Amino acid sequence: MPGITREEVAHLARLARLELKDEELDHFAGQLDDIIGAVARVSEVADQDVPPTSHPLPLTNVMRPDEIRPSLTPQEALSGAPAQEQQRFKVPQILGED
Amino acid sequence: MTVTELVSYEDALASYDPVMGLEVHVELGTKTKMFCGCSTELGAEPNSQTCPTCLGLPGSLPVVNAVGVESAVKIGLALHCEIAEWCRFARKNYFYPDMPKNFQTSQYDEPIAFNGYLDVQLEDGEVFRVEIERAHMEEDTGKSTHVGGATGRIHGASHSLLDYNRAGIPLIEIVTKPIEGAGERAPEVAKAYVAELRELIKALGVSEARMEQGQMRCDVNLSLRPNGTKEFGTRSETKNVNSLRSVERAARFEIQRHAAVLSSGGTIVQETRHFHEEDGSTTAGRIKDNAEDYRYFPEPDLVPVAPAREWVEELRKELPELPRVRRNRLREEWGVSEHDMQSILNAGAVDLIVATIDAGADAASARKWWMGELARRANEAGTDLAALEITPEQVARVCALVAEGSLNDKLARQVIEGVLAGEGDPDAVVAGRGLAVVSDEGALGTAVDEAIAANAGIADKIRSGKVAAAGALVGAVMKATRGQADAARVRELILEKLGVEG
Repeated sequence: MPGITREEVAHLARLARLELKDEELDHFAGQLDDIIGAVARVSEVADQDVPPTSHPLPLTNVMRPDEIRPSLTPQEALSGAPAQEQQRFKVPQILGED
Repeated sequence: MTVTELVSYEDALASYDPVMGLEVHVELGTKTKMFCGCSTELGAEPNSQTCPTCLGLPGSLPVVNAVGVESAVKIGLALHCEIAEWCRFARKNYFYPDMPKNFQTSQYDEPIAFNGYLDVQLEDGEVFRVEIERAHMEEDTGKSTHVGGATGRIHGASHSLLDYNRAGIPLIEIVTKPIEGAGERAPEVAKAYVAELRELIKALGVSEARMEQGQMRCDVNLSLRPNGTKEFGTRSETKNVNSLRSVERAARFEIQRHAAVLSSGGTIVQETRHFHEEDGSTTAGRIKDNAEDYRYFPEPDLVPVAPAREWVEELRKELPELPRVRRNRLREEWGVSEHDMQSILNAGAVDLIVATIDAGADAASARKWWMGELARRANEAGTDLAALEITPEQVARVCALVAEGSLNDKLARQVIEGVLAGEGDPDAVVAGRGLAVVSDEGALGTAVDEAIAANAGIADKIRSGKVAAAGALVGAVMKATRGQADAARVRELILEKLGVEG
């Protein structure tokens, strides 16, 4: 049984706004399936009593006091922006006409 | 766009039973953002309150704001929720430029607070219990400006501009369980719930919860089912309804719209709706089909939050009196009706009246000035009572001057006018405008004598026992002294001089 289907790859590609051609879908579905299969081997050694790990370190409640720290200047913040206008990040059209 | 034919509200309720779910987002009043130390101050110039963390730059790491977590626990406790012993943040992934990280840090299946309730009181005093599903921590998004379209809307825009000052400001999202059984009062319950929640948030001191500034926003989920059935119908989700009145109107409109669609044999599309303040209608937004998929997963960069039980119990002990309980207590202390108390609440006058009483005024006077003259002036100026340039202490001083007889109501109104105009404290206005009541018995006596002489007929009536006629002479004296006399004392003098017992 495959770890990921071609349909699931197409769905993920849509979520990530990646336009994939049919042959690319075939290609990536195979590759991703291999990767997931390899990672899935971890489950074979982990028994039911091992919960999925999200945080490897046994830390909780790491918090910071509510104290203001210096921000970047607007110029610094915008320095990596491909486009800017009115001191704001400029992004392409979000929705087409529909 | 097709214009929605509505059925009347009464007809809708005759056939259908509304079920609501309310989602409220509250921006916390912390000094800094939820996961970084950038300021949350409103009104700063664009992109002046950002850093590598809230911009989602590589290598940056978030750390949660301690006050943000504490505020979430307080809100949870005040809503009678259980507080999670251990919970994580989650990434809500989506493709939209209002979050530069391409995900919003939120909580998914492990909210910090869950299973609570809030009792809300309707205008006639009936109490309705709204069950709370959960309250969780998350962060606000940046502010988009859509350019090139005719109306500033996203449709038709050529491009958009992003200001990330708001991105990362702490939010608490509070979600109700399905609200059933409200029937025709559903819109009223929705409004009362949001109002009560706002009072609660303010009482906790975790946010000013000003809806007009977007510090508190409500999404109204609503569905109808045929009367007598159990299964929920398909819901619509009206987004960002940002005033109490709008919450009620949006629920009412959706009930009428759903009923129109269903009774003509149509089906409700599960979608978001936009609310329009100008006419109280809603229009279709985006369709919420099953393709909506945020790929939630635990946020690896933030360690779990595990509120210690001792700490939670300490916070529980420090909770303020719940607003509804406090209002009912004050209502009894002040001796006012449910309806009057509701007006006081709606006017935003509860705390102002309390502060005025604390400053020495009696309850009736404090209420009279805030709900009368000051409410009128706030209304004229189009501002809140609290925004008027007069303090509860100053109002209390006006009350004291009236009580001791130095001012009558007419003069007191002029004193208030002076304070509002920036002429200083009440005593300074009294001195500056020469507003003290004429209490010089000699001057008053002369004015009374003149009034009696000029109105011999009325004076005779009074002498013959028609004491009520004295009012006309009091009026004449008040007119002669340009209102600066103590009317009660004038009346005494008139009766005295005419030899009549008052």
